[in-house]
Amino acid sequence: MANYIPILVFVLVAIGFLIVSLMAARIFRHGGKGGTNADPYECGNEADSLAHDHRFSIRYYLIAVLFVIFDVETIFLFPWAVMFDRLALFGFIEMMVFLAILVVGYVYVWNRGALDWA
Amino acid sequence: MTAIPIRDFLLLAPEIFLAVAGMAMLVAGSYGRDNGGNGHRGCSVCAVAALAMTGGLVFWLQGGREVPEVILSGMFVLDGYAFFWKILLLIAATLTIFLSERFVAEGGYRPGEYYALILFATTGMLLMVSGFNLLSIWISLELMALSSYILAGYFKHQLKSTEAALKYFVLGALSSGILLYGVSLLYGATGTLELAGLSDALSLAVAAGDGQVLVALGWLLLAMGLFFKVAVVPFHVWTPDVYVGAPTPITSFLAIASKAASFAVLVRIFYQGLAFLTPDWQWLTAALATITMIWGNLAALTQKNVKRMLAYSSIAHAGYVLIGVLTATEDGQWAVLFYLAAYTFITAGAFGTVVLLERRAYAGETYEDYAGLARRAPFLAASMMIFLLALTGIPPTGGFVGKIYLFAAAVEAGWVWVAVVGVLTSAISLYYYMGLIVQMYLKDAEDTTPEPLYAPGLLATVGLCAVITVLLGLLPGPLIELAKGSLLPLP
Repeated sequence: MANYIPILVFVLVAIGFLIVSLMAARIFRHGGKGGTNADPYECGNEADSLAHDHRFSIRYYLIAVLFVIFDVETIFLFPWAVMFDRLALFGFIEMMVFLAILVVGYVYVWNRGALDWA
Repeated sequence: MTAIPIRDFLLLAPEIFLAVAGMAMLVAGSYGRDNGGNGHRGCSVCAVAALAMTGGLVFWLQGGREVPEVILSGMFVLDGYAFFWKILLLIAATLTIFLSERFVAEGGYRPGEYYALILFATTGMLLMVSGFNLLSIWISLELMALSSYILAGYFKHQLKSTEAALKYFVLGALSSGILLYGVSLLYGATGTLELAGLSDALSLAVAAGDGQVLVALGWLLLAMGLFFKVAVVPFHVWTPDVYVGAPTPITSFLAIASKAASFAVLVRIFYQGLAFLTPDWQWLTAALATITMIWGNLAALTQKNVKRMLAYSSIAHAGYVLIGVLTATEDGQWAVLFYLAAYTFITAGAFGTVVLLERRAYAGETYEDYAGLARRAPFLAASMMIFLLALTGIPPTGGFVGKIYLFAAAVEAGWVWVAVVGVLTSAISLYYYMGLIVQMYLKDAEDTTPEPLYAPGLLATVGLCAVITVLLGLLPGPLIELAKGSLLPLP
């Protein structure tokens, strides 16, 4: 059981850290409420409109997600390309499988119309 | 120049086939603008065919092994234990697809996507139970979990379902992080991730003295992550909301397949990877099993919603299964295998009954909605009664036999007090299971009580589960022999 005493200390320190930092924040923070405190922060300037005045299409989100997927794909291609001769045939087949799986995803999003900008 | 391990990939053909089948279904289902409606029957037939073919491949390529074979440089292992779970998980996935028929047809969802997600989750589970390296286990677990998060939120326009998916995702991601943290600490202490060498490496690290704290913290975090996946108190808070919010066929999928696969991995990691720490994890498991049985059953007492009651009941049953896990004996181990196999059919049947009675999203799930069911649908009521008796552990059902063996194994291994808690809490559970039986058989239906749906496929599935539940109670021999032949070496 002696092995577990450090764990107990670890848990107590974690809880203690939480309590101390919350208490410290409570003691030291600026007490002001309302006024400019509740305004959206815009680089020190006064905000001249509200966030929900500027609606933009949910499609941006979809495009961003799809971009991330294919972006990461490209990142994976780089180390493989650099090590191409050492990874040899096995690496080549593996990468082709990886790309084939991504193409499946690509065909899927295409068919579902996620790439139509209309 | 790496040699290509062609043979290893061929041995893994069932999993590869299932993944490819899922992708093919995803692409095939994405053609056309039609939103559900027609194709669902074709898709469900294809999905069942894919699962059946995977089962055939598992039998052909991975079955009948006396000696475990480690493949792909220690990433996966093929042994009798993995074989048992793979067949059980394929059956569980098939039952889920049978239960989904109505949900997919009525919801107007694209059937290809739904079934593809089930196939992906099943692929993850099959890889998980074969995993022999902490990282390959973790990645397969994520494949299962990510597919389940989406499936839990499948009622896209229902607040409860979205809430279920979000809670499941946030807590699931947190627990995966904790699990991975534990794995990284163990790796730091031992320098290995392979289950085969982990236990010896742990004893060396502890003997050397400086690794003691790393090892202790590492395995505790790893165990916490696993306990979250099997929904053990105090890591169970996600379960009731997710089970209620998710579409009922998916609830059933989480309760049978997800839980069985997670238990399979938990036992493998405890028995093979953490064998050196056996007394430690036995005590932790005993403590958690006790809290889980007590809390799960007490919380189920106050439920008004049948799905929520079944959720708490599934928490309580995770506690019973842990009794078998903690014994670390052969008897305990095959009792776990037997119990989870029986539980698969019992729970699939119980949720199948819920599917037949519920209406549009979440109506028809309260105890009152079951009033007078014996007169309105005698067959359905009788089946539900069998499932409830089996969950309580009353003969002649598979649930009774499973519980007896679990408790007997615990007593033989010297964990009498845990078995006593198990028996006492089973007695408590009688109250809320009986409450539903009383509603079905002794109360009269109001005019507003919903009529059960007439769906021959679903009814046949529920009936099949009821028959198997009773058969396992009367003739448990064959399944016990099967389980006894699929054991892991003891820690």
